[in-house]
Amino acid sequence: MRLLSRIFPHPYLTGLLTLVWLLLVNSFSLNSLLFGFLLGIVIPFLTRPYWPDRPELRHPLKIAGYILIAIWDIIVANVTVARIVLFKRNADRHPAWICIPMELRSPEAITVLAGTITLTPGTVSADLSAEGHFLLVHCLDAPDPEAVRDEIKDRYERRLMEIFE
Amino acid sequence: MEQVLDLLITFFLVIGGVFGLVGSFGLIKLNDPMSRLHAPTKATTLGVGGVLIASMLHAYAYEGHLSWHELLITLFLFLTAPITANFIAKAHIHRHETPGTLPLAGGDRKWATHDIPPEDQEAASPADRG
Repeated sequence: MRLLSRIFPHPYLTGLLTLVWLLLVNSFSLNSLLFGFLLGIVIPFLTRPYWPDRPELRHPLKIAGYILIAIWDIIVANVTVARIVLFKRNADRHPAWICIPMELRSPEAITVLAGTITLTPGTVSADLSAEGHFLLVHCLDAPDPEAVRDEIKDRYERRLMEIFE
Repeated sequence: MEQVLDLLITFFLVIGGVFGLVGSFGLIKLNDPMSRLHAPTKATTLGVGGVLIASMLHAYAYEGHLSWHELLITLFLFLTAPITANFIAKAHIHRHETPGTLPLAGGDRKWATHDIPPEDQEAASPADRG
């Protein structure tokens, strides 16, 4: 077991790198599968000192659901933000900083949460608090900052808690 | 069949173009730096997404094979766009915001960008010392 986790410090990363290599080659063959797998072993092995802890995924299958929800939200929010940019006067817009208390503790989960917040238009994650318990988010137009905070916590953080912790 | 695919390709190209244009227009129209930061993160999602879907459909319709590079472009954009946005936001906080102009960092003392160790205080700009 010890030996296995020395060779595969990040098994999910090994799988992902193999898949990315196959997509890069753009066709499937045994050659590229083997070479992708080789890269998938060498790269996590060489970068292990920079990423010592293996993230715990409790429900890896829920990742697909999370991605689908995020994509749907990106589409809806794009339309909303396009309308704000085109039709709302700057004077009527209420940009706001909001502070989101986080229950997530694993660095990987916080990274995914911050990335999702930035990708869904209308919100950009700007900074983390000194101890890493709060996230600073800038909203393009938030007449009601509490509602934005509650939606982020309920929609994304709750799901990430199920996946990661 | 080909005509339907053509219509779909056109549709996604137009969608991508419109959202790219709105994103660029936002850069001019929005009036403070943090709001302008919203424009580029938006153009990369639906604007580029539309063009990439059109490209995949085109490869399928006219070259007769599925092209996976577009999925990779999407993946790499989704990895890099938030990091760039975060760096720009942090630079903005570093240069133009003080702990007083941001909401309180809850139970923690400060936001990470303002949390400068004492030995680096000399080099920091006056705005960060607050």
